[in-house]
This record gives sequence, C-alpha cells and structure tokens, in this order.
Amino acid sequence: MKTVKRSIGTLALAATMILTISCKDANQKEATAAMDNEAQQETTKNSGDIAMNDSQESSSEVILKDYFNLKDALVNDDQAKAKDLGMTLTTSLKSFDVSNYSESEQTELKDIIEDATEHAEHIAKSEIKHQREHFKTLSKDMTDMVAITGTEVKLYEQFCPMYDGGTAWLSTKEEVRNPYYGSQMLKCGKVQREIN
Amino acid sequence: MIQFFPTERNESYATPDTDFMLVNNVPEKIQKKLQVSCYDCHSNNTAYPWYNKVQPAAWFLKDHVKEGKAELNFNEWDSLSDRRKKSKLRSIIKQIENGEMPLESYTFIHRDAMLSNVDAQIIIDFMAKLKDSLN
Repeated sequence: MKTVKRSIGTLALAATMILTISCKDANQKEATAAMDNEAQQETTKNSGDIAMNDSQESSSEVILKDYFNLKDALVNDDQAKAKDLGMTLTTSLKSFDVSNYSESEQTELKDIIEDATEHAEHIAKSEIKHQREHFKTLSKDMTDMVAITGTEVKLYEQFCPMYDGGTAWLSTKEEVRNPYYGSQMLKCGKVQREIN
Repeated sequence: MIQFFPTERNESYATPDTDFMLVNNVPEKIQKKLQVSCYDCHSNNTAYPWYNKVQPAAWFLKDHVKEGKAELNFNEWDSLSDRRKKSKLRSIIKQIENGEMPLESYTFIHRDAMLSNVDAQIIIDFMAKLKDSLN
C-alpha cells in the first residue's frame, strides 16, 4: 500500500511539474512568435539596405552584423538582449541564399548555417552561461563562413586562453572586449589574427 | 474518459546503421549507461515506464520524447556532418558536466538513470576523445 501511495504521489508530482513546464513553454512560444515577426521585419529592412551592392555578399554581411550585435550584448552581460538577437540571427541565417556559390562551397555553407542556426536558437532561449557556451561554437561557424564568403569589413579574431580551454571570437574592433566573461574580465584576451 | 485515447508510441526495435553505438567503438559499460540514462528520450526506442499507461502522463511523455529526439537522436548519429557531431558532443559534455542531463524530472522516477560522478566522468572523457578524433 505504501508503494502505491508513493507511486501516486510521484505521478501527481510529475504531472504537476510537466504541466508547469508546458505552460511556461506556451508563453515562451507566443513571445517567440512576436519576436520572430519583429526580427523578420528588421532583416527585411537590412537586406533592403545592402541589396544595392552584391546580393550574394549582403546576406553573409547581415549575418555577421547580427553576430556582432549579439557579441556586444554578451560583452555587456545583457542576457535579454542576447536572447532577442539570437532570434534575429536565427532568422537571417535561415534566409541566407547560398545559390551563388560553387557546389562544394554550398555544401559547406549549408552545414555551417545548419549548425549556426541551432546555436542561435539556443541562445534565443537560454540563460547567459548557456548563451556563452553556444556563442563559442557559433563563433567557429562564423569564422568558417567568412573563410568562404569573405567580408568587406576588417575583422579581428580574438582569443581568450581562460574560457573553456581557450576560445576565439570575431570582432570589428581591435581592442579586446570579452563576450565570454563580460564585466567580470572585460579585457581578457588578445588579437590572434586579422582578417582583411 | 481520456484513458481511452491511445498515444503513439516511440518504439522501434531495429537499430539503424547510423546508430551512435554501432559507428563508434563504445565500450560496453558506457553503452549500458547511455542506454539507460539517455536513449529513452534521445533515440527511436523508449523503454516505457508504467505510468505511460495513464493519461495524461502519456501525452506529456510523448512531447518530452519528441523534444529530446529533435535535439539529439543517437539512432541517427552518423547522418550528421563532422561539424554537427562536434557541436552535439560539446553540448553532451557540457550538459553532463553541469548536471543538466539526464533531466532531474526524469531521474526522479528513473533512479537507475542517475549518473554517479564517476559514471559522468567516464562518459565525458569518452565523448571528449571522440570529439577530438573528428576533423
């Protein structure tokens, strides 16, 4: 009898927990949908701006711009903003048109975009510690993307030896502002490579 | 009344060629741990608990498994590119390191799915080695 009671208790508790989680999810989804809309509008606006130049380049430039905004949010320890920007980046990644690249480049780019999208999506729904973990791999994806697409902007690949056994990221500025530690260790790191 | 609504079950007994255990040389001890602690939600085959016979638990469980599989499906491991595998391995390592996986809401009922510190370290070391072996 005791076991039955315990089982029923367990079940009730499990059900309550799951219910709570589901409700939270529903709220999140609504919020996400709203943000998605905004993000989409913003992307359309942005690609409109740059479409004057080369339409092939524009998309990877938009992606980079979203990435740098996201990096700045992490530098500023701003989890909520990073969340929004993760969503914005997700949208621009998904709308990246790779058709102008060679076949082998397309395969590589699609792989990079798929991976980066997953990290951006996680950043859009995580706490800051997780956001930074995903930002690490996202940075690697962005670096590999730039190796194929190139960029008009001068970039600095920066490196922090302390975070997770040594971690790199990209920046448009030479001075180091660390997105993995934020205010905790703002200037930890060095420029390890210049791109362009 | 809702007890009469059946739920689609996540059960497939054939192990596909792309399975994590098949394509990687996983030591038997780690295989067992992964099976018990991860495969219920992260593969095409769930060993269902008794409460799956009770609604609404079965519905919740179904969503839960669906989410888990979307994030990571060990059965489809080898269909991922090296880049994706490395990403997944990094996440696996981080989640276990931080004690976020297996989920507490799961180990609360599946006591045998809990990972001791030693088990966790063995799995982390294995996953890290696998990650380093990829390009």
